[in-house]
Amino acid sequence: MEIFHNLYIGFVVAVHPVNVMYCFIGVILGTLIGVLPGIGPVATIAMLLPITFNLNPVAALIMLAGIYYGAQYGGSTTAILVNIPGESSSVVTCLDGYQMARQGRAGPALAIAALGSFFAGCVATLIIAVAAPPLAEVALKFGPAEYFSLMVFGLVAATVLAHGSLIKAIAMVLLGLLLGLVGTDVNSGVLRFTFGVPELSDGIGFVIVAMGMFGTAEIIANLELKDQREIFTSKVTHLYPTKQDLKDSWAAVLRGTALGSMLGILPGGGALLASFGAYTLEKKVSKHPERFGKGAIEGVAGPESANNAGAQTSFIPMLTLGIPSNAVMALMIGALMIQGIAPGPQVMNEKPELFWGLIASMWVGNLMLVVLNLPLIGMWVKLLTVPYRYLYPSILVFMAIGVFSLSNNAFDVLIMAVFGVLGYICVKLECEPAPMILGFILGPLMEENLRRAMLLSRGDPFVFVSPNKPISLAFLVASTILLVIVAMPAIRKKREEVFVEEG
Amino acid sequence: MKVKSPKDFWAGLMFMGFGLFFTVWAVIYYQMGTAVRMGPAYFPTVLGGMLAVLGLIVFFGSFAVEGPPVPEFSYRPLILISLGCVLYGYLMKPLGLVGATAALVYVSALGGHEFKWKEVTVLYLILVFFSWAVFVKGLTLPFPVWPEFMGY
Repeated sequence: MEIFHNLYIGFVVAVHPVNVMYCFIGVILGTLIGVLPGIGPVATIAMLLPITFNLNPVAALIMLAGIYYGAQYGGSTTAILVNIPGESSSVVTCLDGYQMARQGRAGPALAIAALGSFFAGCVATLIIAVAAPPLAEVALKFGPAEYFSLMVFGLVAATVLAHGSLIKAIAMVLLGLLLGLVGTDVNSGVLRFTFGVPELSDGIGFVIVAMGMFGTAEIIANLELKDQREIFTSKVTHLYPTKQDLKDSWAAVLRGTALGSMLGILPGGGALLASFGAYTLEKKVSKHPERFGKGAIEGVAGPESANNAGAQTSFIPMLTLGIPSNAVMALMIGALMIQGIAPGPQVMNEKPELFWGLIASMWVGNLMLVVLNLPLIGMWVKLLTVPYRYLYPSILVFMAIGVFSLSNNAFDVLIMAVFGVLGYICVKLECEPAPMILGFILGPLMEENLRRAMLLSRGDPFVFVSPNKPISLAFLVASTILLVIVAMPAIRKKREEVFVEEG
Repeated sequence: MKVKSPKDFWAGLMFMGFGLFFTVWAVIYYQMGTAVRMGPAYFPTVLGGMLAVLGLIVFFGSFAVEGPPVPEFSYRPLILISLGCVLYGYLMKPLGLVGATAALVYVSALGGHEFKWKEVTVLYLILVFFSWAVFVKGLTLPFPVWPEFMGY
């Protein structure tokens, strides 16, 4: 079986001591920022990207991936004990997890969250190993027209699945695409939108944009709120769930894993959508929906399994197509590019040790996370007592160092501050920054593929929908259908409910 | 005409502003080319136009559909956090890691709810030491540690 051979290659790479160490650093950092509210994986990965330049590509990706799925574990701890989502994907865990903690059952809630996540992580690792090779095979046949249509589909799906106004989300994508065009035009060598600033001729670094939009903007928004936390540290006495708990939650773990894996693959999906979806599903299938919100263990097990599964399967489009499905994946693509690796279907064949090593490391990382999260829970809880007024200047220092070190240039830090202000305005006006980041990274790629496709078709715009290009046609039809469905009033209401519900 | 949804009103204006800016700038300064051989202005013009149209829709929608008001801006953290970052960047060369970190930590700490000199100073010392140990010693990034005038 080829898959076992591939996984074997992967595990040989993943258990190499150096890689194990970076995996460990990744999951520790991930848990840390997952536990701490106010800093998410996007800002953290952006912060660490410049440093990964000095690492080898395998170690760099293993560490960055660890941060993302590690954050899913850490986020649940804060949600259950403090009723604050440490991570946006743990918002729904607050509902029942915190109630369980108030009833003195914080231990079982934490244990089920960790065990469910572990199970989901194992399954998702296998899914990636099985699903990625055939997808990459198909993607190798893509021409510029197919790539352009795929990106359109990805961006449309990302806006449809983002919460809030659809038109505003599309507008944010367009704004991102436009900002992505700043810099030297590769075809003509013309400097576009650089306004005579030499630092802009290479374009705006998307690490800088991500740190501004997700880092500084977040901090400014957090400083508006007052610190007020109520922690149930003393109540984490017995960790092990009862037989009844296990009986109640195993089905929810299975359902959460399945739904999370599916939603993770979708462009625009990932951990956040998966957890919301799973909570809604659990409430629907439960015989006693009235228990939800009052400490139902299924309400913890389902979403927590789903967010971890979704976090991992969202690597599939990134690894096989080179298309990011969410902001974290956009940063992973950035990490590949820093290493001089062009993301896309060829990565699997040209760098099997990178591809399979990353996948195998996820399993290793998940194993570490269970150990880190269950016996050491007390240590993470202590972290929560650190006041925000110590945290945010520290975060700012690391972001500023990270941005400054990109090219030893003060101008980059200025740009970060500018995007921080823009991000803050967007928060106030309810414009989601995530679609903008996706547009930003896809902007130059889309233009390049559009140009090539039009050149090949001698200017015939129907090349994207011609019957000889069924894949391109299918992507565009799917995009149109998605937009129409979401624009229909009945569905729109439902969509709002899913995101607003109990939020 | 009365603005019913202030958030959409301003968001619409913002999108229109960005869209028109990119379109107009591209049309004036760059070559349009043809659909076969697209010039540098082609893609931004189309995108900017679409953005402006969407902005217009959001803008007009704000007169029709009721929406929540724009929450108040807290200018204190907004200005002080941004200023701290900018100072860090521009003070790095003249004042070194020691000076730049001081500017960022003290200025951004002023943007918080409470400011205690002692606490912030301890935090500053820890962060400077950590930055130096990890980034200058560990990762050998070429940052000046001390201010220029001190002759290092």
